[in-house]
Amino acid sequence: MEIPQDLRYTREHEWARNKGGRIVVGITDFAQDQLGDVVYVELPDVGDPVKKGEAFGVVESTKAVSELFAPISGKVLEVNAPLSDAPETINEDPYEEGWMIVIEPSDPKDLEALMDAKAYQAFVDEQAH
Amino acid sequence: MSNLTGWKPTMEKEAKGPGLDGGAGAGGATRGLVHEEALLFERGSTGRCGVSLPPLPPGHDAGDLPAELRRDGVDGLPEISELEVIRHFTRISIWNHGIDTGFYPLGSCTMKYNPKSSEALARLPGFANLHPLAPPEACQGALELMWHLERALSEIAGLDTTALSPAAGAHGELCGLMVIRAHHLAKGNPRRKVLLPDTAHGTNPASAALNGYEVQQLASGPDGRLHPETVRAAMDEDVAAIMLTNPNTLGIFESHIQEIADLVHAKGGLVYADGANMNALLGVARPGDMGVDVIQYNLHKTFATPHGGGGPGSGPVAVRAHLAQYLPLPLVVKEGDAFRLVTSEKERPATVGKLREFWGNFAMFVRAWALIREYGPEGVAQTGRLAVLNANYVRALLKGVYNLPYETDSLHEVVFDDKLQKANGVSTMDVAKRLVDHGFHPPTIYFPLVVAGALMIEPTETESKETLERFVAAMKAIAEEAKTDPDALHAAPTRTFRARLDETRAARKPVLRWKPGMKVE
Amino acid sequence: MRYHPHTPEDVRAMLDAVGAKSLDDLFRSIPEKLRLKRPVDVPPALDEISLFAEFQRLAGRNDVSHPPFAGAGCYPHHVPPAVDQLLLRGEFFTAYTPYQPEVSQGTLQALFEWQTFVCLLTGLDVSNASMYDGATATAEAALMATRLTGRKQIVVSAALHPEYRKVLATYLRSTHDEIAVVPFGADGRTDLRALEKAVGPSTACVIVGWPNFLGVVEPLPEIAKVAKQAGALTITATAEAVSFGLLQAPGALGADVAVGSFQSFGNPMTFGGPAPGFFATREANVRQMPGRVCGATLDKHGKRGFVLTLSTREQHIRREKATSNICTNSGLTALAATIHLSLLGRAGLSHLARLNHARARMLREAMERAGCKAIFSGPYFNEQAFDVGDAEEVVTRLAKRGVLAGAPLGRWYPDHPRAKGALLCVATELHSEELIQLFARTVRG
Repeated sequence: MEIPQDLRYTREHEWARNKGGRIVVGITDFAQDQLGDVVYVELPDVGDPVKKGEAFGVVESTKAVSELFAPISGKVLEVNAPLSDAPETINEDPYEEGWMIVIEPSDPKDLEALMDAKAYQAFVDEQAH
Repeated sequence: MSNLTGWKPTMEKEAKGPGLDGGAGAGGATRGLVHEEALLFERGSTGRCGVSLPPLPPGHDAGDLPAELRRDGVDGLPEISELEVIRHFTRISIWNHGIDTGFYPLGSCTMKYNPKSSEALARLPGFANLHPLAPPEACQGALELMWHLERALSEIAGLDTTALSPAAGAHGELCGLMVIRAHHLAKGNPRRKVLLPDTAHGTNPASAALNGYEVQQLASGPDGRLHPETVRAAMDEDVAAIMLTNPNTLGIFESHIQEIADLVHAKGGLVYADGANMNALLGVARPGDMGVDVIQYNLHKTFATPHGGGGPGSGPVAVRAHLAQYLPLPLVVKEGDAFRLVTSEKERPATVGKLREFWGNFAMFVRAWALIREYGPEGVAQTGRLAVLNANYVRALLKGVYNLPYETDSLHEVVFDDKLQKANGVSTMDVAKRLVDHGFHPPTIYFPLVVAGALMIEPTETESKETLERFVAAMKAIAEEAKTDPDALHAAPTRTFRARLDETRAARKPVLRWKPGMKVE
Repeated sequence: MRYHPHTPEDVRAMLDAVGAKSLDDLFRSIPEKLRLKRPVDVPPALDEISLFAEFQRLAGRNDVSHPPFAGAGCYPHHVPPAVDQLLLRGEFFTAYTPYQPEVSQGTLQALFEWQTFVCLLTGLDVSNASMYDGATATAEAALMATRLTGRKQIVVSAALHPEYRKVLATYLRSTHDEIAVVPFGADGRTDLRALEKAVGPSTACVIVGWPNFLGVVEPLPEIAKVAKQAGALTITATAEAVSFGLLQAPGALGADVAVGSFQSFGNPMTFGGPAPGFFATREANVRQMPGRVCGATLDKHGKRGFVLTLSTREQHIRREKATSNICTNSGLTALAATIHLSLLGRAGLSHLARLNHARARMLREAMERAGCKAIFSGPYFNEQAFDVGDAEEVVTRLAKRGVLAGAPLGRWYPDHPRAKGALLCVATELHSEELIQLFARTVRG
């Protein structure tokens, strides 16, 4: 299970990357594995507000639906539109091509409240039991 | 021919399990001559027609209809002869497994034999050709039948009055919750929440939500049962009802039901029972005697009405006396020697309204009543007992071969899981698909959600001891195969008309109807 | 009991294997005081001969000597014997929901064909695998419109089937959505000016019959225009599906959703149920569409096959967030309709529809000659309302002669000025010229 060191993680299995003050968000390798083949993803529009801990979208496999939870509060700056035609990207490359939205954070400190790679690894190990 | 799925022969090995090298599977399945058959619409236009109709009057035209509102014909419809239609549907029917083909142990579906006499009786012209608006004097037979069925269903449930109109189990749930909501509304507060256990079928929370209720899920205990303490902690005056299935979807009797019902009633709530598993209780116990206030039947389960293709069902709802005023219309009543449908809200001002057009799935009422008439009191009593015997027999024979997540007694269905097989990388899905190669329809899989990799087996009482033993033999053979040749299981099914179908492709690029040039990619 | 194969030896052997002494032991998990201490009170068991005698008696108490002249949502049509012969094949009849697609390709291909027929007849992009009936399909369509638009007002024509409207109202009881009813004019069509006034920025959808309950063909393009201008969806509800053989597809005239019943194809009336409801809509709405849906795919050898798909809309996955709670649908009756439509084909459907229309024309001429004028001047398909003086009296009188004369409109429109005399009559391929002439003469009394 891949868990990049430079990212931050939520308990709902989203990851967040700080890219020069803008926060890129997606779901983790663990999440895509649990979900199975992703068939559909519903993402917000550019300009929509997002609230920390609240759902900003939905990701679906053939047998399951999972809400996507915002790791931080802010405004949506970018949305990965090609995902709607190629949702399998989320399975194939969850941390790079499978990115979902970019958020302009209302409070950059929010990022620090998230788990680091080590804490997320421990969290995932715990989930497996 | 291009290989669009990426499958290669090297990905699977030949099956080495017993009885599958050209021999018949434990259920008798083997290879046979089957036809490919394209879609009706792919035959192109040939100008043929498969019906025989009277001629149109000479010079008839539909000129009285405005041109923009009419059409000459529907483009794209097939144009084929009667023989071609007969062959088409005959050929594709052979691709199906039905109860008439072989064992169908779908848990919580009660796939019992569909009696042919019930079928013939439902087709009597006096029933089939009857218009729903026939005046009462012209349909006393139909009304009498409905009345008898209503009495029997109320009696079997141990409740007071039954509305026959809901079209299926989920529809019955919707109805039951509407009745519950109406009851609370009449007291001034519809309340906000509905409680249900984690073993509940998905229709339960959906039906609650459709009535504007928040759903609160309660955890079942390690014995698979809902415990009174759990309910006590959650029950308050904001809770309109608890929704239970008894026995539950683990096949386990909710033995605390009376205490739970008392707790809920004490705070003014009502008890809804999902009657999907009524087969276990027929002639043994009655929901009304356990504190249940509302229950929906599934005639297509308990009373063997056929649901080829996924429906139709019929979901009559039985209620306690004080709730009857809220039931949807119509209701069937007897006045002196005559029978009548109450259809007017003036007569039942508290009714929640109407849940479907006309009176109900009448053709299903005929079948259900025919079966009840064949059962008689003794037959009803034997049904529950033999259904439970069959499930327990399978449980006893498969114990240790598959993991039993709950030691608790099973009634009419038993849930195993794939824990033992997972050690070899074999999942419930693989077991299910391999069962098909043996000639059995798989059990319900991956439900209830409380058991990971659940395999829910409900044999029903119409299956013989020999059939159960053949099924067990297949399950044992598969368990062996899981140890010796797991790849063969991943490759299953190998004998069906179609091999494992790509559900991901179907969901990613939905192709939901034929169109000229239709391609699946 | 013939459906219980267990011999006493079987039972003994099985109890031994289970480790129980008696069948009652198997129920030890049910508290003693909850156990039934007496047999259930149902009548004594009947053998098959007696069973048939009893049911012949019940069926014999229903008068089906003549095809009814009533439609009003349930239609008398001829069902070719080929339909039943195919339908009764055990592989179709006794199969269940195709959860295991590899052993259900028959059901699934037939469902795919059903969905295609529904799309071709309605002129829309996608259809589901059937609904309970036309009324619930209409209610579900309205709920879908509220989800898609985020609005709360449903505008319905007073000429929409009254049962459909009642069911809609029942479904909407707990949602706080409101229903606004638009009257119909003297010609039996929905009043367009009243519609324009009723539709606004809070309107989720406009629902009209196609044809409507009065048998009249609505000005659908104009209605759809009004709805579209307000950003609302147009929904048509069709109870008499044979009309699709002559009337233009609602999708081609601006409808966004088409619902109703295909009972007229392949399904006898059976006192009003079961019948296949249908639900069709535009591709963009597919993920909000309720019900099961069948899709094409490939198996691992690259061969085309069919599976249930887009299951994440449904209750077994979304649970309380599902688009609907529907699980079991009306598959077998949909199969009957599919088989009948296959037999009809393009030419047969067109012929059948024109024949129905011709018989209705004949009925109108005969009734008007007998002094019973058609009440509504709007165009009609095979159903129309006549002024027969006292509609309820006619129904009662003709019932004595074994004929259901029609549906008295006063039952649903008691305040309409012409309610007392208004009798809604259908004419189909089952009503011969002789029967029609006799009927018209007899109605007059």
